[in-house]
Amino acid sequence: MLRAEQPSRKIPIWRDERALKVVAQVISSLAILGLLYWLIDNFLVITQQRGMPLTYGFLKEAAGFPIKESFIPYDSTMSFGRAVLVGLINTLVVSAGGILFATLLGFIIGLMRLSSNWLISRIALAYIEFHRNIPLLVLLFLWYFGIFTKLPGVQQSITIPEILYINQRGFYLIWPRLVEGGMIFLAFSLTGVILAVIAWVVLRHIREVRGKETYFGRVSLAILVLVPLMGWFISGSHPVQLDVPILQGYNFQGGLRLTTEFTALLIGLAMYTSAFIAEVIRSGIQAVNKGQIEAAKAVGLNSTQVLMLIIIPQAMRVIIPPLISQYLNLTKNSSLALAIGYQELFAIGKVTINQAGRAIPVFILIMATYLIISLITSLILNIYNKRVQFIER
Amino acid sequence: MSRKFFLVLSGLIIISLLAACSPQATPTPAAQNTSAPPAPSKPTGYGATLAAIQARGKVVCGVHTELLGFGYLDENGRNMGFDIDFCRAVAAAVLGDPEAIEAVPITAADRGPVLQTGEVDMVTRNMTWTSKRDAEWGNFTWITFYDGQGFLVPKASGINTLEDMNGATVCVTTGTTTEKNLATAFSDAGLTYEAVTFEETSAVYSAYEEGRCDVATSDKSQLAAVRAGFQNPDDHAILPMTISKEPLTPAVPTGDDQWLDIVKTVIWGLINAEEYGITSANVEQMKSSENADVRAMLGAEGEADWGYTTLGLKADALAKAIAAVGNYGEIYDRYFGPSGIAFTLDRGLNNLWTDGGLMYAPPIK
Repeated sequence: MLRAEQPSRKIPIWRDERALKVVAQVISSLAILGLLYWLIDNFLVITQQRGMPLTYGFLKEAAGFPIKESFIPYDSTMSFGRAVLVGLINTLVVSAGGILFATLLGFIIGLMRLSSNWLISRIALAYIEFHRNIPLLVLLFLWYFGIFTKLPGVQQSITIPEILYINQRGFYLIWPRLVEGGMIFLAFSLTGVILAVIAWVVLRHIREVRGKETYFGRVSLAILVLVPLMGWFISGSHPVQLDVPILQGYNFQGGLRLTTEFTALLIGLAMYTSAFIAEVIRSGIQAVNKGQIEAAKAVGLNSTQVLMLIIIPQAMRVIIPPLISQYLNLTKNSSLALAIGYQELFAIGKVTINQAGRAIPVFILIMATYLIISLITSLILNIYNKRVQFIER
Repeated sequence: MSRKFFLVLSGLIIISLLAACSPQATPTPAAQNTSAPPAPSKPTGYGATLAAIQARGKVVCGVHTELLGFGYLDENGRNMGFDIDFCRAVAAAVLGDPEAIEAVPITAADRGPVLQTGEVDMVTRNMTWTSKRDAEWGNFTWITFYDGQGFLVPKASGINTLEDMNGATVCVTTGTTTEKNLATAFSDAGLTYEAVTFEETSAVYSAYEEGRCDVATSDKSQLAAVRAGFQNPDDHAILPMTISKEPLTPAVPTGDDQWLDIVKTVIWGLINAEEYGITSANVEQMKSSENADVRAMLGAEGEADWGYTTLGLKADALAKAIAAVGNYGEIYDRYFGPSGIAFTLDRGLNNLWTDGGLMYAPPIK
């Protein structure tokens, strides 16, 4: 009897739910691993077969192609690696500039959108809808081919004599240039900035702790002005010379030059992204509880104080996460520069593919670089995000 | 019921998993189309392209769509041009129909990758043959156009020599031999310049036409094509100097010698046709020509094999190609001749060798 009963009680392995769960997990993970293995193996076999080895030795070969804008010394005899580095720096510069302008502009437009003035609010709405509903590439073409290349030629530049020259080749601006002894002045200026920041932080902290006015604003401003001034006199009173653009041959020389391509990309990217940022700002501000604003007004804060002290700090925690993705988008969108002749990472990567004949290694390099830039951007903003979140006690 | 379902499902997963893991299942595209084991003397991939084309019913060509004369779209959106005609000739030879092409528009920078990945059957997009490209990109077939790099300048600029261009801004297409030749020419002469580069050919010349650059540089044929499309062509001049050799050549992916031979032979056929005076109009009469070589080349009955059996073609493949697009001279004149559709370009080096040019193809026999 006993023998006959026991097997019927024990659940067979193929009906045991726990066993089946384990089996299902093992099988599905094996399936995924198998798929990955198949994809990667296939990829490696094919690259081998077609003589496209995944090596990066070619980065040391001479690039042989010119790059118009570079923030580090570069000429066509330098290596592909150097060219890619130039591209990376160009991407970082245009992205940083774009993020700065897009944030400022987005903030202003976002606030305008919330204005109680009908006209201001509608202007902001029109701006946002215009930029959100047109592809970025089209906007870039509009800026570059529609506006900037239609500017007057070099000989007919729009001119503020000795200060600013605008033509279809770029914007040429008078710009300070360090001369002999300039380094001393530069060192003093930097020290001044650092000291001013330290003074601001320390004195402000003291005020918060002791509750006594420490005039931190005025003190740090004084440091900011006085220390560089000392440097100015020590370095022999002429550390900086103004570099005026002069028309020589075909183009202007000297001064600060923003090329048409760079400017078109910067403006296009900044304005496009600012429309999205404006919406992020608007939603963030509208997310602040109305009671907070009413309470702030009730204690007698004026409207600027309500905005700066009550609304913005609370809106920030809603704003930051979507803002991060807008910054990342802007950085990635900078690769559209390819179409309007600004040579950033992707454009130079594509030239490298063509000149070096190494499509896959270069694409892997480009993808990895964008990934790293994006991860670093998110990391920084996530740290900031943690600070603005509610501190729960 | 659900238990049965689960068992069946897991069974299926295991089977597919095993199939995926087994090394034989790794599909190499070259081997995909050869169901029968290839003959021992021929490497893997031999004949794969032709089989794929016949199964697909179309020859896939990477082409230009914005370069007047070489590769462009006519008012009906049909792919036209000197380069396109070679694609059509191959389609006519292989499939018997010059319309059986799929023209994939590619940029200059795409040419290498599409060859390396085998995305197209051939690239006919005014591409310069260089040793490095031949080694790395694919197999180059036969030079269809001898070109050289020149400069396009506004007549009003007064630029005549390379020295005049010192410090000038130059518009150039990115990812081209042009870009490198430009760098070499200027640095050899100790001159400086600023390059404005675009990926799209059309962007290069619209920037030049707007005045963003002082000079545009490219192959002279391309400059002639672009100049013809300007609003005021007479305001611009192509300088006589040439700074490079640019043998423009269609190319095919590596790994299929048969396909390489087919494309080469079709091009030879078109060049030989001009030599023999075979045109699209008289190709049928020429099949009964007195010249046995001509009869053989056109695949008249009872004549010798010019290699078509090994190439997997029909005897009249070349006749079909000639009937479809004409001989080399006809193709040239159609676009660049005195009454050409695109613009007039002196044949120069592209004349037959018998007329003092460089067009010389191995005999078809």
